[in-house]
Amino acid sequence: MTSYADYTTGEPIADTKAPSGPIHERWDKRRFEAKLVNPANRRKKTVIIVGTGLAGGSAGATLAEQGYHVIQFCYQDSPRRAHSIAAQGGINAAKNYRNDGDSIHRLFYDTVKGGDFRSRESNVHRLAQISVEIIDQCVAQGVPFAREYGGLLDTRSFGGVQVSRTFYARGQTGQQLLLGAYQALSRQIAAGNVEMHPRTEMLDLIVVDGRARGIVARDLITGTISTYFADAVVLASGGYGNVFYLSTNAMNSNATAIWRAHRRGAYFANPCFTQIHPTCIPRTGDHQSKLTLMSESLRNDGRIWVPKAKGDTRPPNEIPEDERDYYLERIYPSFGNLVPRDIASRAAKNVCDEGRGVGPGGQGVYLDFADAIKRMGRKKVEEKYGNLFDMYERITAENPYEVPMRIYPAVHYTMGGLWVDYDLQTTIPGLFAIGEANFSDHGANRLGASALMQGLADGYFVLPATINDYLARHPRNEPVRPDHPVVREVLAETEDRLARLLSADGDRTPDSFHRELGELMWEYCGMARNEQGLRKALERIPQIREEFWRRIKVPGSGEELNQSLEKANRIVDYLELAELMCLDALHRTESCGGHFREESQTPDGEAARKDEEFSYAAAWEFTGTGQAPVLHKEDLVFEYVHPTQRSYA
Amino acid sequence: MKLTLRVWRQKNADADGAMSTYEVDGVSPDMSFLEMLDVLNEQLILSGEEPVAFDHDCREGICGACSLVINGEPHGPERTTTCQLHMRSFKDGDTIDIEPWRAAAFPVVKDLVVDRSAFDRIIQAGGYITAPTGSAPEAHATPVPKADADYAFEHAECIGCGACVAACPNGAAMLFTSAKINHLNVLPQGAPERETRVLDMVAQMDAEGFGGCTLTGECATACPKGIPLTSITHMNKEWLRATRKVAKR
Repeated sequence: MTSYADYTTGEPIADTKAPSGPIHERWDKRRFEAKLVNPANRRKKTVIIVGTGLAGGSAGATLAEQGYHVIQFCYQDSPRRAHSIAAQGGINAAKNYRNDGDSIHRLFYDTVKGGDFRSRESNVHRLAQISVEIIDQCVAQGVPFAREYGGLLDTRSFGGVQVSRTFYARGQTGQQLLLGAYQALSRQIAAGNVEMHPRTEMLDLIVVDGRARGIVARDLITGTISTYFADAVVLASGGYGNVFYLSTNAMNSNATAIWRAHRRGAYFANPCFTQIHPTCIPRTGDHQSKLTLMSESLRNDGRIWVPKAKGDTRPPNEIPEDERDYYLERIYPSFGNLVPRDIASRAAKNVCDEGRGVGPGGQGVYLDFADAIKRMGRKKVEEKYGNLFDMYERITAENPYEVPMRIYPAVHYTMGGLWVDYDLQTTIPGLFAIGEANFSDHGANRLGASALMQGLADGYFVLPATINDYLARHPRNEPVRPDHPVVREVLAETEDRLARLLSADGDRTPDSFHRELGELMWEYCGMARNEQGLRKALERIPQIREEFWRRIKVPGSGEELNQSLEKANRIVDYLELAELMCLDALHRTESCGGHFREESQTPDGEAARKDEEFSYAAAWEFTGTGQAPVLHKEDLVFEYVHPTQRSYA
Repeated sequence: MKLTLRVWRQKNADADGAMSTYEVDGVSPDMSFLEMLDVLNEQLILSGEEPVAFDHDCREGICGACSLVINGEPHGPERTTTCQLHMRSFKDGDTIDIEPWRAAAFPVVKDLVVDRSAFDRIIQAGGYITAPTGSAPEAHATPVPKADADYAFEHAECIGCGACVAACPNGAAMLFTSAKINHLNVLPQGAPERETRVLDMVAQMDAEGFGGCTLTGECATACPKGIPLTSITHMNKEWLRATRKVAKR
């Protein structure tokens, strides 16, 4: 029997649908070439959208405004609660309001470089172009961005860039942008253009005659499993960071929608590209259920340090200045505490591995505001970071105005996701993926304040233009009959899976498996990976999977609100996705962005990228649970931003 | 810490509910309240009982999903969300009562989970600015005085958790509704729909079965985001203004 790691390499991906020609004309060109659907015909077209975050919410509102009939789903009790709401920092846009040398080209350049040359130039340029329109759109909706006394919008600079292009609404930018999209969506729900199904979770995809035509979803209150049909399906279900159990994701964020689509034929790209955010509150014990992010903006004024000596347990204020190691300022003098996320995270791990970490378990570093308070005064610090300091104090019962904060990296964002072409269409015709659910735009590492930009660009502007083309090219869709053999088969598989979970009656809880898998992934597929560890994880995951089906215990029935069943069913998919993440990490024997392969580093311990071998997006094709997948490469061509080794020293 | 929990258990919307008592041991003061409930649920699953259902998601105080009445107070003794409440606010040996939001317009779905869809319908009635995608002018075309922008933000902070309704002796949703009206009505972008917004949202709020406001102020005391009580008086002024203006037309 061949093992899972013996993957084969299939046909490369030849066509990404990205137009040719000068990069700044490509999006116009694509929009012009895209076929349109006559307004009178749009109401006859139905689009399913899964998820109501920034991408899904904005897409649902916009497609409904255009006249399409939208059926939309979210697992939360209200579309307003999608996890985009928790984004703190801000949203980038190349407005150049500061006249500080910003431009669309610079945002494009920064994003390609920040992504460590593993993203598609055409897509990133489009993102930078659209960034400008997003701010206009959100202001028109009433999003209360921070403003200057003159009434104009305020901006700040954010990790890894040298211009001030980040728009924000105190520490709650995601909340305000999401509420803007939610309100636009609400208007369309009231108008009858969007049929909203809250507390309903997608459990599988229905593909008929090679095209995505519907989904299977479970009403989380009644337990009823139903099928929904449409002319196209859009997944806006977010990222898969919860594979790690502990992450900054919401507790119920999950990978089921994208993983089930992958199982039905959609390629999954760069699954190993996960982002570990450097500034999160360290865990306090085994009871920990999730990790809380402290906005990266804190690194603008806080100084990161650990004691110079190993095992120094003195309280921070008793450690004299010359016995402290401000390691980011020491190693990266020009960027200092503002180096990109992956670099800051790895540096923190390194000093903790050396035994110089602080706090319980030695898994933390100090983020110190003493100098900032001396320089700006406490009042100014309070104005800038007050809400974050309050949040920190609530969680840790320590006052950051007096003692330095303790921070540690945590899983935050997943750059990988379903492979999509320039139109955001997956390899299943009629299935689109937007926002964090797809792999586009961020390459191997996402810059701060770029996730909100991408989610809204996809939902408000890109998808509504490109989906027209697909719908126009398939003007007459035969309605899918509920007794179609494919539909019956997908429905039966879903019902069987849930029934199996309910009847296993073992002796372990869903959380115990999730925690075990998460620890394994954090250990071997976390901030730094090596061949030995990844092979170990690949050996262990199928064993956990086997044990899961034998020993899982899910009380209650399927015909009611059953949160244990929801959890267990999500873990089924994590147990397969984790394996693909490890394989992807194993095959990529280079370091790049968020993926640090220990075997591939420079003599001074920095990440060493291997452009000759790995300048491609790895798109994986599913062949069966535990079966070696097929790798399809999309070669990345850099015509405008020439790959250089990132340097932040 | 060792705690005694008295938890509201209710099979579904139609069933009768009752308080059940459970013991939880080994609770760390660093745990959040919901992590303490996770421990209880792990115990219940292993003993073959159904775990306690409760709404929660982000666990960082922003999604507004968590919704427990703890010892008679929505979100418990601290001014924060249930997910941000930590066990250091309690003592070893305490008995803690845990109930769902109590309000006629928020029917119980199961155990501690309630149906807050009435809030969505209030927003659908007018809690938006009509600005279809693509129609926006350049963002700096309309400067907004900082004071107005700050006022809008202060009200836009509402997370829609419903603690205001649960705290109100009348089960009123005035604080929630007023927060959205004030956020949008103060902005120049919200001006064209200023009157219809307040009239339609208040009408929907009444239709959903929320009680009337007697300005007891419990809502603002319970609000984890500090939406001020003046929000309600400002909404009342907006409503009167709109009523007069519409009558003149």
